[in-house]
Amino acid sequence: MLQVIKNRLEQGHRTSKYPKEPINLYKRFRGLPKVDPKCDGALIQRCADACPQDCIDTKNCRIDLGRCVFCGLCETLSGGKFVTFSQNCEMGTASRDDLFTQGDLPALAEHSKKHFKKLFGRSLQLRQISAGGCNACEADTNVLNTPFWDLSRFGIQFVASPRHADGIHVTGPLTKNMRAATITTFEAIPHPKVVIASGACAISGGPFYGSDEIVGDLNSIIPVDLYIPGCPPHPLTTLHALLTYFK
Amino acid sequence: MDKLLQIQNNEKINRADIPHLPFETFRQQLLECAATGGKVVQFFAYEDEGVSKLLAVMRTDKLYVGGCDAPDSFASLTAESEIFHMFEREIGEQYGLKAEGHPWLKMVRYHSNYNGKKDVFDNNYSQDIPGNYPYFSVEGETVHEVAVGPVHAGIIEPGHFRFQCCGERVFHLEIQLGYQHRGVEKLLQSVPLKRMAIIAETIAGDTTIGHGLCQAQALEALAGLEVDKGAKTVRTIALELERIANHIGDLGALSLDVAFNPPSAYFGRIRGEYLNPTQILGGNRFGRGLVRAGGVTHVMGDEQKKLLRDKLAELTPEVEHVNELIFSAPSVTGRFDNTGKVSKENAEKIGLVGYAGRASGLSYDARVSFPTECYAELPANSNSKTDGDVHSRGMVRREEIMHSTSLINTLLDKMEEAKSYTPQELLQLAPHSFVVSINEGWRGEVSHCILTDAKGEILRYKVKDPSFHNWMGLALSLRDEGISDFPLCNKSFNLSYCGFDL
Ligand code: SF4
Ligand code: SF4
Repeated sequence: MLQVIKNRLEQGHRTSKYPKEPINLYKRFRGLPKVDPKCDGALIQRCADACPQDCIDTKNCRIDLGRCVFCGLCETLSGGKFVTFSQNCEMGTASRDDLFTQGDLPALAEHSKKHFKKLFGRSLQLRQISAGGCNACEADTNVLNTPFWDLSRFGIQFVASPRHADGIHVTGPLTKNMRAATITTFEAIPHPKVVIASGACAISGGPFYGSDEIVGDLNSIIPVDLYIPGCPPHPLTTLHALLTYFK
Repeated sequence: MDKLLQIQNNEKINRADIPHLPFETFRQQLLECAATGGKVVQFFAYEDEGVSKLLAVMRTDKLYVGGCDAPDSFASLTAESEIFHMFEREIGEQYGLKAEGHPWLKMVRYHSNYNGKKDVFDNNYSQDIPGNYPYFSVEGETVHEVAVGPVHAGIIEPGHFRFQCCGERVFHLEIQLGYQHRGVEKLLQSVPLKRMAIIAETIAGDTTIGHGLCQAQALEALAGLEVDKGAKTVRTIALELERIANHIGDLGALSLDVAFNPPSAYFGRIRGEYLNPTQILGGNRFGRGLVRAGGVTHVMGDEQKKLLRDKLAELTPEVEHVNELIFSAPSVTGRFDNTGKVSKENAEKIGLVGYAGRASGLSYDARVSFPTECYAELPANSNSKTDGDVHSRGMVRREEIMHSTSLINTLLDKMEEAKSYTPQELLQLAPHSFVVSINEGWRGEVSHCILTDAKGEILRYKVKDPSFHNWMGLALSLRDEGISDFPLCNKSFNLSYCGFDL
C-alpha cells in the first residue's frame, strides 16, 4: 500500500490541458506540409518521381494527404524549397477531395454535419475496427486512453460492442479477409452512425496501395464522414479531429 | 550439415555458390541440423525461370544456407521435427507445393498462391476466410467450444481463437489468422525500389525499426553501401528505444489484466514518453522514415543527444519504481507465477524466439549470436528467471528495459556524429545474389531475405516476423489453463497479427 501511495505521489497529475493549452511537438515532427507551387518545376518533378507513395500532383502542385505517409523525402530532396513540414497536427477533413492540398485545409468544424454535433457532441461511443494495416494506427489511437490524453474526459469512448456504438473508427487498408467482418460490424451499429477513416491505409490503401489483397479505400464500400490522415495519425491529430468535428 | 554453406548475417552471396542439392539430401541436411538443436531462420519456396525451388537458412551458433528444386509434393519435414511446421504450411499456401504427411496442413493467411498451381487446401477463394479449414475439435459430453474474433473487444488487431474447454479448463487453443493479410511479400517483389522502405516499416508498426533495419541492411549488402559509425549508433539506439517502449506498454497491460490498475495507468503514459525520443531522432513516434539503405535520414546532434539523455535520466527511476510496484505485489506475482507455462522442452521443439524463448530458458538473442550495427561491442543481457510462465516473460522484459537503457547511455557517451544522408534515388542491386538479414527486434528474431535475378531485380523477397514462430507458443501456454487466463497469457507474448499475416 505504501508503495502504491509513493508511486502515486511520484506520478502526480499528468493529464494535458489540451485543448485549452496547445501541445508543442518537436521541430522534427512532420505534420501538415506546406507546398510552394512557385518552386522550380524540375525540382517538383524530381520529388514526384521519388515520392514512394506517388502522391504528388505536379500539375496542380498538390499533395494527397490521404496517401502521403509523411516520410519527409520530398522535403529532404527539395531542401525545403518545394515542401516543408509544419508541426501543425490539425489535419482532419470531412471530404476526400480536401485532402489534395497545398497546405491549407478548410476549417473542419464548419464542415461537420450539424446533426452529428447535436447527437454526439456530449457523448460519442466508437467501435474501432482494425482492418489490415500495421497496428501503429491502433497503437496511437489506444494512446488516447492513457492518462496524458484521457479521452473520456471529453465524453468519447471506444466500446466493445457495435450495439453500444455510435459509429466506427476504421484503420488499415481493408484487407479482403476483413471485408466481411467490417461490413458485419458496421451493420450491427444502430442508426444514425458515423464512419471515420483513420490513417493513410483506410483512406487510400496507404503503403499497400495497388495490392490485390486489399480493398484499399474504405469509402468505396462504406461512405466515410471524417478523414484523419497520417501514417499513423499523431494522437493529437485524432483528438483534434474528433473534438472539432463532434463538439 | 556438411553439405550446407556457412554464411554470415548480411553477407552478399552469389546464388551460384549456394549448394543446390537433390531434394532428399536437402531434406536430410535440414533434419540433421534440427536434430542437433538447429533452428529455422528462413525456409521458403520461390520460382526461378518457371522452376519451383526451395531455400532454407538454418542457425546453430552459425548460419547455413542450402537449396533444391522443389517437387510438387514432398515428404514433410514437420512429421519429424516440429520446427518446420509453419514454414511448410506457408510453402504450400504461397507456391502450391504440398508437404505430404504434414500433421496440421492448413492455410496460413488465406490467399490464392503466387504461381497458379492447384490449391493445396482445395480453396478457390470465392468463400470468405477461412475457406476449407478443419478446426481441431475435442469430442466429449462435457466438452464445449469457445470461439472469439476476428473482431475483438478492444482496439486490437483481428484474429480468430477457438478454445476447446472442459468447464473453465482449456484443453487446446487453436489460433487462426490471416485477416491482416495485405500481400506484403508480393508487393515487395513487384513494386519499384522507392516504395520498399515504406512497406518494410509497416510490416508491423510496433517493429518499424526492426523490420526497417533488416531491409536496409539487406539492400546495403546487395548494393554495396557502407554505413558510417554515427548512423549505426542512431539505428542501434532506435532499435533499443523500440524495445523499451513495447516492453513498458506490455508490462502495464499485464498489470491491468490482473486488475492492478495504477501501474497500467503509469506505464500507459510512460510508454508514450519512450516513443517521443524516437520522434526526436527522426520526426515520428514509431521511427518511420528514419532508417534507410545507406544510413539514417536525420543526424543526431548535441541537441538531440541532450534531449535523449535528459529524458532517460528522468524516466529511468520512475520505470524502476513502477516495476518494483508490479513485481513486489503478492496479488500480481500470485497470478503471474506458474500461469501460461511453456516448458523448455516444448519451447525448444517449436523454436520459440525472443523474450518468450528466453523466458523458457532458450538463451538465443540475435544481438549476441549474429550482431549487426553496434551490437558486437555492447554487453549482452542475461535473464534470471526461466520458468516459462507469465512471471518469467514479465521479468525478462523488466530486465531488458534496464539493459536497453544502459546500452543507449553507453552509445550516447561515445557517439560519433552520423554523416548527413543522401537519399538513394537509384539503388543498383547485385544480380544473381542472395542475402539474409537478422536482427533482434523487441519480440525476437526478425529476418528478411532477398534473392535477385540476372538483371539485379528482386526475384524473391521473404519476410519473417518473430510472431511466425511464437503464436504456437501462445497456444501451448493455454493448455490446461483456466480460460480466464487467456488475456494474461496473450499479453505476456503480445504477438503481432500483421507481422504474421503480412
Ligand atoms: S512525405 Fe508524402 S509527399 Fe513527401 S515523399 Fe513522402 S509520401 Fe511523398
Ligand atoms: S496508415 Fe500507416 S500507420 Fe496506419 S495502419 Fe496504415 S501503415 Fe500502419
